[in-house]
Amino acid sequence: MEAEKTTDRTVLEIKGLNKSFGNNHVLKGFYLKLNKGENLVIMGKSGSGKSVMIKCLVGLLALDSGAIIIKDKNITTLSQEALDILRTEIGFLFQGSALYDSMTVRENIEFPLRKHKKKLGIIESTETLVLEALESVGLADAIDLMPSELSGGMKRRVALARALILKPKIMLYDEPTTGLDPITAKEIIQLMRNIQKKYKTSSLIITHDVDCARVISNRIILLIDGTNYIEGTFDELSNSEDPKVKAFFK
Amino acid sequence: MISISIVREIGPEIISLICAGRIGSGIGAELGSMKVTEQIDAMEVSGTNPFNYLVVTRILATILMLPLLIIVGDALALIGSAIIENLKGGVSFVLYFNKVFDALHYNDIIPAITKSFFFGFTIGLVGCYKGYTCKKGTVGVGLASNTSVVYASLLLFVIDFIAVFVNDVLF
Repeated sequence: MEAEKTTDRTVLEIKGLNKSFGNNHVLKGFYLKLNKGENLVIMGKSGSGKSVMIKCLVGLLALDSGAIIIKDKNITTLSQEALDILRTEIGFLFQGSALYDSMTVRENIEFPLRKHKKKLGIIESTETLVLEALESVGLADAIDLMPSELSGGMKRRVALARALILKPKIMLYDEPTTGLDPITAKEIIQLMRNIQKKYKTSSLIITHDVDCARVISNRIILLIDGTNYIEGTFDELSNSEDPKVKAFFK
Repeated sequence: MISISIVREIGPEIISLICAGRIGSGIGAELGSMKVTEQIDAMEVSGTNPFNYLVVTRILATILMLPLLIIVGDALALIGSAIIENLKGGVSFVLYFNKVFDALHYNDIIPAITKSFFFGFTIGLVGCYKGYTCKKGTVGVGLASNTSVVYASLLLFVIDFIAVFVNDVLF
């Protein structure tokens, strides 16, 4: 297993990521560093490669070239078992929530615990952990409901609770507010901030919601045509005179 | 003749075709739906191997349960034909079942049960493969369900052909 030292502050690093689908070069040498406790937002228009990047990050898609280093481990060289263990330190919120629709809310949240509870040495009871996760997202009453009985915002909250059940150190959010009404979107953003405070997570957030980026970001990377176009704080980018950057923050 | 044809061919083949339609399409649609709504990705990200959790379990279930279903189906078919023979031909149940068990031999039953394990494997494998590799959103789910039935049904006939051939060579 190859170990590549990142700085003490860096928990996740992408180096020269290239990914193509046939002749479509989606990511061309993309790079980033996520620091401990930081909220890093990746913005870009639809089809710019944001979701492909985040799927490469968790090993759902294979890279063409480049390296992804999470907690000093290059995920491209890890065995499946080692990758599965590393994945327990990463929480992933899918754009469409991706709740298992044949399971209740309780079973959905319990699911990651089934395999990893013993391995991770978690001693609390499953019931306690599920209730704690649901209380963190304000949905303790929905524990026995099926996903089909939940609204879009509730589904997103349950998915967040499921992502949090193993108390990950890194949270990845794939468009967390897409498809939600403005009030629910604000609630989800507030929830993400609360989670960062409570669990002390570092977060990588993919979004094109400017409000979300304004409230939550410490730093923003603009991804255009598969490359890092510009990087900076929300204030720096929102005051940029570059027409491509301005188009996002109008 | 009735008992031999039921146990050797009609029972396994018809029941397997019905299961290819019902179970194969169900597995294809369910896994396809999970694929397009990123549920399989979510399972993988949570550190659970979705292949073991979703595919292996379903294939094992079809391998183990289809032979049992075929045994039950064969028994019901023989009971049904006994009732008809009794009502229309006046043949007593005792005489009918004596004739049935006289006609049946191990080399009728064992190959039929053996091939039903392969039928179960085929139904599970095709349904899982089509669902697991489903693309193109909801259209893809329909397609996965549909092609699961078509391919599984065709393969059942191919396997049956091979089974008959092997049976002829061995017995």
